[in-house]
Amino acid sequence: MKGYNFAYLDEQTKRMIRRALLKAVAIPGHQIPFGSREMPLPYGWGTGGIQVTASVLGAGDVLKVIDQGADDTTNAVSIRRFFARTAGVRTTTRTADATVIQTRHRIPEQTLRDDQIIVYQVPQPEPLYRLEPSRVETRRMHALADYGLMHVKLYEDIARFGQISISYDYPVMVNQRHLMAPSPIPAFDNPKMNMMPALQLFGAGREKRIYAVPPYTDVRSLDFDDHPFRTIRAPHPCGLCGATDAYLDEVVTDDRGGRLFVCSDTDHCAERRAAGHVGTEGLKEAAE
Amino acid sequence: MSDETLLSARGLCLAFGANRALIDVDVDLWPGEMLAVVGESGSGKTTLLNVLSGRLTPDGGAVWYRDPNGKLHDVHAMPAPDLRALHRSDWGFVHQDPRQNLRMNVTAGGNVGERLMAQGARHYGDIRALAIDWLGQVEIDAGRVDDLPRTFSGGMLQRLQIARTLVTHPRLVFMDEPTGSLDVSVQARLLDLIRNLVTRLKIAAVLVTHDIGVARLLAHRIMVMQRGRVVEAGLTDQVLDDPQHPYTQLLVSSVLQA
Repeated sequence: MKGYNFAYLDEQTKRMIRRALLKAVAIPGHQIPFGSREMPLPYGWGTGGIQVTASVLGAGDVLKVIDQGADDTTNAVSIRRFFARTAGVRTTTRTADATVIQTRHRIPEQTLRDDQIIVYQVPQPEPLYRLEPSRVETRRMHALADYGLMHVKLYEDIARFGQISISYDYPVMVNQRHLMAPSPIPAFDNPKMNMMPALQLFGAGREKRIYAVPPYTDVRSLDFDDHPFRTIRAPHPCGLCGATDAYLDEVVTDDRGGRLFVCSDTDHCAERRAAGHVGTEGLKEAAE
Repeated sequence: MSDETLLSARGLCLAFGANRALIDVDVDLWPGEMLAVVGESGSGKTTLLNVLSGRLTPDGGAVWYRDPNGKLHDVHAMPAPDLRALHRSDWGFVHQDPRQNLRMNVTAGGNVGERLMAQGARHYGDIRALAIDWLGQVEIDAGRVDDLPRTFSGGMLQRLQIARTLVTHPRLVFMDEPTGSLDVSVQARLLDLIRNLVTRLKIAAVLVTHDIGVARLLAHRIMVMQRGRVVEAGLTDQVLDDPQHPYTQLLVSSVLQA
């Protein structure tokens, strides 16, 4: 687009962000400060993710943007259009076709490849922030790998609720060294981060932090020996494609208590339906 | 008693501006021994405790700690991770105000279990069983294990703090006026409890207090401090029954005889 540099950010800023990214990849899970810029969207809408994407995007890349698993919600549509206009890159909604995937709240159901990069939008990069108010202290805890406090939180959950009640942003240990917030993805997606072939980059714009998980890195969800980590999923098949292993959204369909459970990953659902899988909703439509 | 000291300090000096808080203080502590540091307010007792435990760096002098393998460590030359590890395993710190040490928004069980989890305990059932066991040892009803500390009385908080500190069986505990903020009857019970636990677990302790009675009841040896100097030191009974220094004489005579 005329008047703008490729992918909106100026080259010096991209260079600064890439340096932070290199550091982040070198120390998996460690938060690297960076000079976050003002972006033409509000904090909380993905200012961190969009800066990371802008810095790694090349002219030949194909971009996919996910918001809560969907490709067609406001955040996903506007960020995809933003890069189509400012960088002129090709965009897609198909996970398999994308080389860079910017995401908020989900990891695609389809296994990512080693030629793909996934960029997470992160509201709060500090996993200990609800437990220890001082950032000076949390930095010291990270430096000394002093993570007993995080387990105190898990202990408290079990003591109060009988189980670990964290359902999203479930803390993980990266490379057996750094405690990391995986951004608000559901705990369901945590196992996908472990040994993922794709490069995982995390950008927190308001908090001005970047961190990363290099390909094939050990990512373990915290737990107790007698209360192992387990994923939670609504116990239904997808209403549209019948998938029984995908993460589901609950959709209210009417004001008489009607509920529909559908795949949160819209691309995954569409591909399954194209391949001939049908859920209960699809069968009803066919009957009518 | 072994002839090797657990903790020893030589020539400790520390000044806060013109205020000299510690002047050439020597300390020796043997395993299993309770050492009381007494003196008036502002005499440098708490500063000494903070320097001994590595929380404050002295201007001069050094503190050595002998680990279970017999190796000596210079406390102030130790790398920060090692000192931190020491503080959460071999050492304990009991504050005058338990709120400084406890997490007030975490249940009693979580508070007791934190040091265990920091040391790598990852079995919920074991941690909880040990926490309940320790609540029993400090005479807190096991039914309170899931209650928040803010529902506890002052004496219970102090006992909870002691359970939290001793759960990892430290070899050395620093106590800063552990009974300072409690009323007399609660104090007596707590002193009894501390004495029993310390004797049974063979814990060495440095106890800072302004209360001669507490020192007499708990401590094997005593150090009397005045304006940053140790004016008299020795066996507790000896020092308190036959004080030599005028300041010690004043301290002893100022205690009301019951």
